[in-house]
Formats: sequence, structure tokens, C-alpha cells
Amino acid sequence: MMSQMMGWIDARFPLTKVWKEHLAEYYAPKNFNFWYYFGSLALLVLVMQIVTGIFLTMNYKPDARFAFASVEYIMRDVDYGWLIRYMHSTGASMFFVVVYLHMMRGLLYGSYRQPRELVWIIGMAIYLCLMAEAFFGYLLPWGQMSYWGAQVIVSLVDAISPTVALWVRGDYVIADATLNRFFAFHVIALPLVLVILVFLHIVALHQVGSNNPDGIEIKAKKDPETHIPLDGIPFHPYYTVKDIVGVVVFLMIYFGIIFFAPEMGGYFLEENNFIPADPMQTPPHIAPVWYFTPFYAILRAIPQKQLGIAAMGLAVVIFFLLPWLDKGLVKSIRYRGTLYKVALGAFVVSFLILGYMGTLEPTLWYVNPVSRICALVYFGFFLLMPVYTKLDKTKPVPDRVTS
Amino acid sequence: MKRILVRRWICSLLMVGSLVSPLYSLAEEGVKLDHAPVDTSNLPSLQRGAQHFMNYCMTCHSAHLARFDLLEQIGLSKKQVEGNLILTNAKIADYMTVVLTPKDAKSWFGVPPPDLTVEARVRGADWIYTYLRSFYRDDQRPNGWNNRVFPNVAMPHVLWQLQGQQVLQHPGEAESLVLMQKGQMSAQEYDQYVGDLVNFLVFMSEPTRGERLHLGIWVLGFLVLLFFAARALKHEFWKDIH
Repeated sequence: MMSQMMGWIDARFPLTKVWKEHLAEYYAPKNFNFWYYFGSLALLVLVMQIVTGIFLTMNYKPDARFAFASVEYIMRDVDYGWLIRYMHSTGASMFFVVVYLHMMRGLLYGSYRQPRELVWIIGMAIYLCLMAEAFFGYLLPWGQMSYWGAQVIVSLVDAISPTVALWVRGDYVIADATLNRFFAFHVIALPLVLVILVFLHIVALHQVGSNNPDGIEIKAKKDPETHIPLDGIPFHPYYTVKDIVGVVVFLMIYFGIIFFAPEMGGYFLEENNFIPADPMQTPPHIAPVWYFTPFYAILRAIPQKQLGIAAMGLAVVIFFLLPWLDKGLVKSIRYRGTLYKVALGAFVVSFLILGYMGTLEPTLWYVNPVSRICALVYFGFFLLMPVYTKLDKTKPVPDRVTS
Repeated sequence: MKRILVRRWICSLLMVGSLVSPLYSLAEEGVKLDHAPVDTSNLPSLQRGAQHFMNYCMTCHSAHLARFDLLEQIGLSKKQVEGNLILTNAKIADYMTVVLTPKDAKSWFGVPPPDLTVEARVRGADWIYTYLRSFYRDDQRPNGWNNRVFPNVAMPHVLWQLQGQQVLQHPGEAESLVLMQKGQMSAQEYDQYVGDLVNFLVFMSEPTRGERLHLGIWVLGFLVLLFFAARALKHEFWKDIH
């Protein structure tokens, strides 16, 4: 009966074929470690953001007069509205935590290298899209930080072309028209693009196969009879059951924040965003949410505004070029020499310090000098990469993956 | 070896993170804030706080994102709320608005008093607790009052009859507030009074806080059990992978 039904479907839709190709007979390297949880976790967060987002839209009002109050209505009068809202606001931050760790994995094990350039590029497009999605969404609660954060970012467009900025806002300041269009981008335009890009990311990955902590191509060593990679194991059930463990640990942290520290000390929900947007009153200190602060720090570190904007843009876009900047003989950090290890370490530290500097008031004496040094290290990591990866003394790579 | 290195690396990242956050809060404070005695499970305290809020704050401040039925959550009946706490002809499901119009407020105080529904989430409980205890006489100000936590605030000391009148001694580095004229309450009673009020403001800013903390324990408990089940399942499947 069951096989008959599957036969009926398979004659019309490649269900069994897709199941085999992408799960039951998709062979992944058997040596995935901690860093390999974050792909499936990013997918989980995407789904949770979409589902909680749908429920939020049922009671949220994209109208400058009612937006702030409608969020409080969700927090107070909607059954479990507070839980849905906290899941969404915490989910936004956790999305970036997971994606940053996912990208870090790529840097550690050279996952962007040939033949995975397109996987990396599509992934970077997802990251850009996610930044836009977060930016548009942050205006919706219509608090002071929502309003003035958007005002600051759109003023960057203004510095390049006032006409384009006017077109983006639909008004001379951030206003009701802006809120409406940001709502449209946040709930339909960008989520659609995101879902399509995630689909393409996975299709491209499964075409070339997953990298691993040793940076070895497992397809190079196959069983002569079965043609299955010797170091590969079927994604399902092995990695589905393993990822469930990762999911549960992630949910502990995620719900730990939601239930016991939903504001996360002002980093996930900023205090000032509990004040309704007031176009007549600029807050003394405007800081973006933590996941944008490294780039915001780079923007502020450069005295000339247009140059600052260019540097900030470059800081994001330069990631796209990684596959061609890296001239190293090996992929994984395990077999790289000291030069790459030092460069990557310096990059990570500078990124974290920039992130912290971006939350501080620029009037503090050390903010600008420290941001400038870190920005130099940040760009140095990329621009000097062709040199230090070539000079780096690499170690021999084994034939088969190590455990 | 590799695994230990990665772990050590993550630990150091986490440590950097935990060092950074206290610095952030220090950078924002001027006056040292006293710790507010917040316990939103203490219903008698919340009920007293609600009463103080209705009697004093709501003369000028609204809480228009909350409804009066909020008070039913802290153990008061509809009859008690409508009979004793609502001082206008509002009904229990009405929003907690105020009769003072923004126009009048502006002409009397210079700025309209902020809505207090989520004020505790903006300022923090400790800030409000310290603020309400830090008013002092200042003849330079139009209404005769100033505040150490919020210098040159437009709000007069509404609770002065309870606290009494303080003066600022040795303005500058070693400044301190000294009670010049006694009020109806002792310092301890007044602290308790303000503490109850702040407790209520914290409750009002997030009425689901209690439910959140309660539910959180069950959810995390469930996840811990699920973790052991998931890990056992993983080990069962992975036995044969070497």
C-alpha cells in the first residue's frame, strides 16, 4: 500500500529521489565538529522567525500612530503575545550569533575555497539580506532607537544622494510612509528573497559536498564498488540525530534568554526603545543593535563621511572576495602555518573590539583611536591575505580525515 | 588537542563578553544608584504600590498602554478596583489615561509628564527608586525643587509631605542630601513606600513577568530531559561510526 502510493507520487514528483540525494544518500564527512551545528541552527532560526513573525503581524499595526501601542498590546492583551514577541526579538539577535559562528567556521576550515565559491557567495548574499531584514524590522516597534537608528542609516544614503534618500523614506524625515514601506520589505519582500537564497545555498552545497575540519575532499577517496566516499556517512540518520542534540542545546540558550533575560542587558532590546518615537527629540546617544556595531564603528572611525560610508560598505562586501584572496596551499586551519593563525586571531579580536566600540559614545577619548587601529587590522586581514597565505609554512595534509 | 584549543578559545571569547557588559552600564551612570527592593511576586507590596500610583502619580502621569484590569492580576477584585482605586468614572477595562491634557501640562511644567506604562523598562527600577528619594530644595528652580539623579527636572517633589524636605550639602564631589525638615514618615517608612511604588511600576511595565519566570523553569526543565534523550539517541546511531 505504502510503496504503491510512493510509486504513484514518484511517477509524478521526484520525492524518493530528492529524499535520497539530499538526506538518506547525501554523504557528509564523518568528522564534523562543534562548528558544524550552526548551518542547521540558522535554518531553524529562520523558520522560527517566519512563524513568530506571522503571528506578530496578526496584531501589529504598521501605522505611526498605533505601532508602539500595538506592540505593547501584543505584550499585554494577546494570549502568549509576550512569548511570541520575545521569541522574535531574541530570534533576531540569535540569528546573527548563529550566522557569525557559521561564517567563522568557513574562515577556520577554508569552506569558501574552490570548489565552494558559489556556496560562499550565496551565503554572503544571505548575510546581506539578513542585515537588511533586521534593519527594516527594527523600525517597526517605533521606539526612539527604532526611529533614530533608521534616521542615522538613511542619512548615510542622504550623504550620497538626497534624492535617493527621499525616495527611500517617502518623506523628508522618517515618517508613517517609511514605516509602511519598511513593514512591506520586512514581512514579504526580504523573507521571500531569504528563503530562495537559502534554498540555493543548500542546492549549491549539495552539488559540491560539505567541507570538513580537515579541509579534505572526501570524494577523492571512494569505495571502488559502492562509489560511496570512504569518509562519508549518510546525512540522515547520522547528522539529523546529531543536529537534534545541537538544536536542544541551542533552544536551552535561546529560551534561557527569552524567559530570564529578554532584554539581554539592553543588547537585544534597548532601554530607549521603550520610549515611543519622537521626531522632535533626538536621544543623546544613538547606537545600533549589537550585530551592526562593528560596521558602525568603522563608519565613525573615518572623519570624512562619504569615505566612512565607503569603508563600511567595503567591510561587508570584501567577504565576497575571500575565495580569490586566499592563496594558501591548504584549506583548514589545522594545516596552516603561524601566519594565517595570527592573522585570523587578530581579525576576530579586532571585529569584537570594533563591535564594542560601536556601542560606546564617540566622545570617549579612546573610541576613535582604538576603532581606527582595529579597522586597519580588519582590512589588513583581507587585503594582505594573498601575501601571507602564500608565505605561510603549511603542514602536510593527510589523505583521510582524522577524528 | 584541537578540541581543547577550540574550547579554550570559546571560553576566552565568553570571558571577554562578560567583561564588556558591566563597563557599558558604568559608562552611563552619573550618581550611584541604590538597589530597589523589587519582588513582583509580593502581592501586598504591589497592591500598596498600585494605591500610591493612583493617589499620586496618576494625577499627572498616564499609563495609557495598560488597562485597569491589570490590578486584578495582583489579587484585587473588580469591585475593589472600581470602588477604591479608579478615581474617575473609568471602567475596569479602560486604559489608564489621565485627565491632564498635554497642552495644560506643557504650560504648567514646560514638558508633558511622560507616560509611565513602560517607564521602569526605560530607566530601570534602581534609577526610579533613587530618583524619588533624591529631591532637594532649590530656590533657583521655578517650582523650588531639584533632583540629584535628574538635575533640573521639571517635576516637583510630589511626595514631600511624606519624605520631608532635603537640602544638598557640599555640592560637588562630596555632596550629600540631608533632611532639613521632617515629613510624615521616617526615612525607613519612606524607602518602603517608594520601594512598593517602584515594585508596582516594574510589574506594570511587564505584567507577564511572573508568568515568564514561572514558565521558563518548566521549559528549561523539559529541554534538559530532551537533551539527555537526544544525546542517547545520537550515541545509539553513532556506535558503529569510527
